[in-house]
Amino acid sequence: MSILVLAEHHDGQLAGATAHVVAAAQAIGGDIDVLVAGENVAAVAEAAARLDGVRKVRVADHAVYAHQLAEPMGALLVELAGAYSHVLAAASTTGKNVLPRVAALKDVSQISEIVEVVDADTFKRPIYAGNAIATVKSDDGLKVITVRSTGFDAVGESGSAAVESVDTVVENSQSSFIKQELAQSDRPELAAAKVVISGGRGMGSGENFKLLEGIADKLGAAIGASRAAVDAGFVPNDMQVGQTGKIVAPELYIAVGISGAIQHLAGMKDSKVIVAINKDEEAPIFQVADYGLVGDLFEILPELESKL
Amino acid sequence: MKVLVAVKRVIDYNVKIRVKPDHSDVDLTNVKMAMNPFCEIAVEEAVRLKEKGVASEVVAVTIGPKAAQEQLRTALALGADRAVHVETEERVESLAAAKLLAKVVEEEQPGLVILGKQAIDTDNNQTGQMLAALAGLPQGTFASEVVVDGDKVQVTREIDGGLQTVELTLPAIVTTDLRLNEPRYAKLPDIMKAKKKPLDVKSPADLGVEVASRLTLLKVESPAERKGGIKVGSVDELVDKLKNEAKVL
Ligand SMILES: Cc1cc2nc3c(=O)[nH]c(=O)nc-3n(C[C@H](O)[C@H](O)[C@H](O)COP(=O)(O)OP(=O)(O)OC[C@H]3O[C@@H](n4cnc5c(N)ncnc54)[C@H](O)[C@@H]3O)c2cc1C
Ligand SMILES: Nc1ncnc2c1ncn2[C@@H]1O[C@H](COP(=O)(O)O)[C@@H](O)[C@H]1O
Repeated sequence: MSILVLAEHHDGQLAGATAHVVAAAQAIGGDIDVLVAGENVAAVAEAAARLDGVRKVRVADHAVYAHQLAEPMGALLVELAGAYSHVLAAASTTGKNVLPRVAALKDVSQISEIVEVVDADTFKRPIYAGNAIATVKSDDGLKVITVRSTGFDAVGESGSAAVESVDTVVENSQSSFIKQELAQSDRPELAAAKVVISGGRGMGSGENFKLLEGIADKLGAAIGASRAAVDAGFVPNDMQVGQTGKIVAPELYIAVGISGAIQHLAGMKDSKVIVAINKDEEAPIFQVADYGLVGDLFEILPELESKL
Repeated sequence: MKVLVAVKRVIDYNVKIRVKPDHSDVDLTNVKMAMNPFCEIAVEEAVRLKEKGVASEVVAVTIGPKAAQEQLRTALALGADRAVHVETEERVESLAAAKLLAKVVEEEQPGLVILGKQAIDTDNNQTGQMLAALAGLPQGTFASEVVVDGDKVQVTREIDGGLQTVELTLPAIVTTDLRLNEPRYAKLPDIMKAKKKPLDVKSPADLGVEVASRLTLLKVESPAERKGGIKVGSVDELVDKLKNEAKVL
């Protein structure tokens, strides 16, 4: 077996998710190559070459792959996929955008967001917002798979794989990049943070998210949000945790003013320790919380910050 | 320009699902079904394009059992002009759905196809991208804004780090994210009118597509339950528990 892993990268840096995807590839077993596609991605390729278990890193460095648009990325992967039994990517917005194109053009199914490898053909994945876990077996010759990072522990970085360039250049006249507005933050990435503190509609306003910031600073935490908080315009969309937002599984998740709808739970219920702060003692979030504190967040948060 | 919208019949998003005792699947008997929430947003966007004079006709399409016609009638009540039902009782994976939709695209020649980003039953998030690949069209997935301008469309996409805007040549495929719009409710007179709108029924065989898939569902289980925790009485107790019991501080 041989596996091609699509590297996840942003701003010239290899994203943490890739080390989790390589771990999933190791669970499948076989030779593992990593594809780095983009423009000016030499540093990404070097970082990918350090991931444990990687045989070689293949680099497609060309302007057509800048911003990793789906059309050229899909076409490139289709060119390369023939040599592999599995193509894997993170279940990130990039992986989700690109991989189904590869599957369709290769006339195979895609297996989305696996959380466990049973064997090289059989995988577990959450369905219905994580309220059921399906075991699916694929008889396709090529398996195209996206990987949920929280399901696999990242591999280490003591490797030294060979780096080779891929000359394939595809055409793209159908799509072009216009602009990008990325959130700037000094805090850890939501998906990778050891501690996450999230606010919901109960926060009342975007201004009040400052109450979470002081605590996040002390704990080195990332800040997340419920969809209601995003919809109300308190915070930007990239902070949404849940079925249709980001999936997190930190050591500690603190939910503040969040009721605990199944769509929110889908994104955080695999956290190791869950704390809920809510004034409604009947709120469903308490059913998944290890430690629940009933009360007004506007009183609790300042006190919590002072006592940490 | 004609706009095609794909709508899927799924379990209502408020329903808590149960796994069948034999672990063969999720139990959907007597469960409330509805249009996938992302598809409601797709229909809304198409109807708004028509109201703005950008779209001339909105066609809704679904693939599924007879009962899925309820969702097509909903789309018609919300403002679609006519509907296409590809009727099958089989389980249809995203790849087969995309192949069927590609055939409908070939027949209908729409300028824009709008799908949901994800069906909340399988949580697959694939069909729109697969359709784009099969139809040879560009895609704007996870859209939070869609602006048609002549023979191009600009799509603002919700990506992990924030927002990205891409420009696509038409015809193109768009998949909706939650913040694209707020869908309207169907009014009673529109629900009545929808009953008279045209609804065309086809079979996968009519479209020349094989629905069977090489993916087998071996087992469906409930996820590991979290055991209920405790309520603490004060911030001091919480901090103490986190430090000394959970050891996460
Ligand atoms: C297709 C679909 C996908 C979705 N995807 C997601 C998703 O990915 N992520 C997500 O989060 N949601 C998602 N949702 C929305 C979800 O169903 C809920 O509507 C949402 O999670 C509710 O957010 P909330 O808990 O912040 O708000 P609410 O349910 O309004 O809860 C607010 C809570 O704050 C508490 N509160 C208020 N004031 C205070 C105070 N002063 N002190 C303490 N507590 C207070 C209240 O008691 C209440 O429990 C999705 C919905 C749909 C239909
Ligand atoms: N059986 C179907 N009938 C019509 N549209 C579908 C069907 N399956 C998927 N879709 C469309 O594809 C979107 C994404 O579905 P999925 O890729 O399965 O998560 C849905 O929101 C629909 O717009």
